[in-house]
Amino acid sequence: MRVVVLGAGIIGAACARELALAGCAVTVVDRGRPAAGTTAHGEGNVLVSDKGPGPELELAKLSRELWPAVLDGDPDAAGVEWDAKGGIVVATTAAGARALTEFAGGQRKAGVAAEDLDAAALAAAEPHLTRDFTKAVHYPEDAQVQPAGAATALLAAAVRAGAVVRTGCEVLGAVRRGGRVTGVRTSGGTIGGDAFVNAAGPWSGRVAMRLGARLGVRPRRGEVLVSAPMPPTVFHKVYDADYVGAVGSGAGELQASAVVESTRAGTILLGSSRRRAGFDDRIRPEVLSVIAAKALRLFPSLAGVPVMRAYGGFRPFVADHLPVIGADPHLDGLWHATGHEGAGIGLSTGTAAVLRDLMLGRAPAIDATPFRADRPAAQSEGEAP
Amino acid sequence: MSRRVVVVGAGPAGLCAAAGALRAGAEVTLLDAAEDPGGQIRAWPGFERLRDHVLGHPRCGWWPETSVWSIERAGAGAPRVHVLRGEIDAAGRDRHVLRPDALVLAPGAHDRVLPFPGWELPGVSTGGAAQAFVKGEGLALGDRTLIAGSGPFLLPVAASLLEAGSRVQAVLEANPAATVARGWTRRPWELASQTGKAAELAGYAALLARHRVPYRTGRAVIEARGDGRVEEAVTARLRPDWSVVPGTEQVAAVDALCVTHGFSPRLELPVAAGCRLRAGAFADVDADQRTTAPAVYAAGEITGIAGAPAARTEGLLAGWIAGGGPPDAPEAVAVRRRRDRARAFAARLAAAHPIGAAWPGWLRPGTIVCRCEDTTYGTLRSTAADDSAHAVKLATRAGLGPCQARICGPAVAELLPAGNPHHRPVAQPIRLGELAKPPVENPGRKESAR
Repeated sequence: MRVVVLGAGIIGAACARELALAGCAVTVVDRGRPAAGTTAHGEGNVLVSDKGPGPELELAKLSRELWPAVLDGDPDAAGVEWDAKGGIVVATTAAGARALTEFAGGQRKAGVAAEDLDAAALAAAEPHLTRDFTKAVHYPEDAQVQPAGAATALLAAAVRAGAVVRTGCEVLGAVRRGGRVTGVRTSGGTIGGDAFVNAAGPWSGRVAMRLGARLGVRPRRGEVLVSAPMPPTVFHKVYDADYVGAVGSGAGELQASAVVESTRAGTILLGSSRRRAGFDDRIRPEVLSVIAAKALRLFPSLAGVPVMRAYGGFRPFVADHLPVIGADPHLDGLWHATGHEGAGIGLSTGTAAVLRDLMLGRAPAIDATPFRADRPAAQSEGEAP
Repeated sequence: MSRRVVVVGAGPAGLCAAAGALRAGAEVTLLDAAEDPGGQIRAWPGFERLRDHVLGHPRCGWWPETSVWSIERAGAGAPRVHVLRGEIDAAGRDRHVLRPDALVLAPGAHDRVLPFPGWELPGVSTGGAAQAFVKGEGLALGDRTLIAGSGPFLLPVAASLLEAGSRVQAVLEANPAATVARGWTRRPWELASQTGKAAELAGYAALLARHRVPYRTGRAVIEARGDGRVEEAVTARLRPDWSVVPGTEQVAAVDALCVTHGFSPRLELPVAAGCRLRAGAFADVDADQRTTAPAVYAAGEITGIAGAPAARTEGLLAGWIAGGGPPDAPEAVAVRRRRDRARAFAARLAAAHPIGAAWPGWLRPGTIVCRCEDTTYGTLRSTAADDSAHAVKLATRAGLGPCQARICGPAVAELLPAGNPHHRPVAQPIRLGELAKPPVENPGRKESAR
């Protein structure tokens, strides 16, 4: 089977790798460079902690299980900077503590390791964290990767398995034969195939429209601050309990919650914000200010740390907060693997395994029906082209 | 109500922009990161009179020690200017947001240095840093100082060092004599209008001669060596493209080395404001110094490295137009003419001191290119050469350290073309505590600290 993957971000790279290893002749097409869009503008979260029981958690657990196997023996594994550092979620109010207690309880029942931390254990785990907290839960399964490095490694593995990467090719339209897509017209020429995987992240609504299909994926903007390099100060991925609420919300106005972690390079990443602003890529100073204020509530001692830069990115947002993995309901030959919002790095390995099984007519390791492309949220109006 | 003009930078261009906007009747806020106006070179003719006129003007607010950390584009109007006020080392500078009707950007330039093996050694500095050191501390830099690089700026650097008592062994201009001479002697009538500048350069030449400091062309420092500090400089003869002529290497014992290859314009503010760049190198402006961003004007080195005389005329014109002055006023016409002459002179200097394309030939795989992140030339080259899936430019961290590519950016961009090296949404480091506080509401229109 000849498969053309549209998009060379983390999702496209992971899908290309699985499909090429399964024996497909894979071509990966991107309008820019690999891993240059949403993938390059995230934090590299591989999280189970922020997901309540349900289909996304099942996908997260599958992905978390697959990551070490995917990286095992990979010659580019060092650049992935896999770090199973664990996450700590902290509540600072009584209401936050109640919500976090209930949330963690549900997760435990679904098989997630979630350990309550008392004051002494929290101070030992994160000495610079505020002592003014009401509840803290440790999630040892949470991990982090360097997202561009991870996507590069997955893509390189796909290339070793025979995949071809074509950069600088923007998708313009579809070539159809008998109600079936048999090729994509791109700025770099027409590319034929038996199946096409839409892995264009926030732009996948646009790509679907150009191919004559419809997909309810819209951009949602997020911003992250980067500190100057520091001696080790933050040892886990630490976030406030509000983060769970912000991820689950679909409101268009600004939402921010503190997510604080350090990187191998010594910088501290401080996130994160979520707001719907179309593809407007301007950084808003007041958004950065809100992120800083929230981060200082968790780590008051970081007040003197200089912020060196800020970056923002677009995340692929679907109204019901579930990714879209599966066949297009109206256009034969078109498949979707998109809509992961801010969780795509972590969910890429599981998504690719599920998509591969669906495309090859095998039974996926988890129930894939909640991710179907014909559900109402996935079929709502996407962004204008 | 008169127009509110914010001028960023109080060097020759910014100070003149403030004067131009004041003359047009505008309310001006002039800000600069330094304590005093004047920029890097305060010795230009008429500086003190202009400074007193602008800073003492009832419609001018002077904000020293103020840095712009972000420029926020706001639709069709002028962008909002987010600044920090207070000593850079003081804890808790205040955040302010300025909402002007027009913005004049005159942030200037900083020294450009091309990397070479050993350039990270202590004792190796840029010409500008050396000049600032001897002027600020009043101390000699070294007993055996070598000045190298390219451009007319090597001469005032040498003069400053000599005046402070340093012993300068030689001044090495990388371009061969033919290139320098061709740039200087072409269209001699243009020189006539810039006699001041030409005389200044002649003065430096006389100073070098008096101190018996040789000025040698076609020679460069291609390596610095030393144990923990620079002890030797390897120099070599260069061809016009700056490739090394084999066998011409010489080793000189030095205790200080100043290297400068012209200037890099500070482009993060124009880029943040949405201004289009010309050839990726300078802010693109029209005949009235207007950029492509709404109500944003640019003056001085960010529109082209042309020195203080051109910067002053550009500033005057930018300020006048930004302040609402009619473009066809006789004084504007005269300023435009003077600006064009100054720019022509600058183009001549640029032609006399180009950067040779073969400079990366000095580098070795282990040569550090990005000093903050210790990224070597070898790493950059293997990243650039690999156009398969590995060709993710983020694979190197070059330019991501504390200087945010201000030093290595132009060199990295030449070795590894990718993206816009001037894209810096956080234009100046800002502490988390400063950022977390809400901005101080605008303290009235007129506030001067002098």
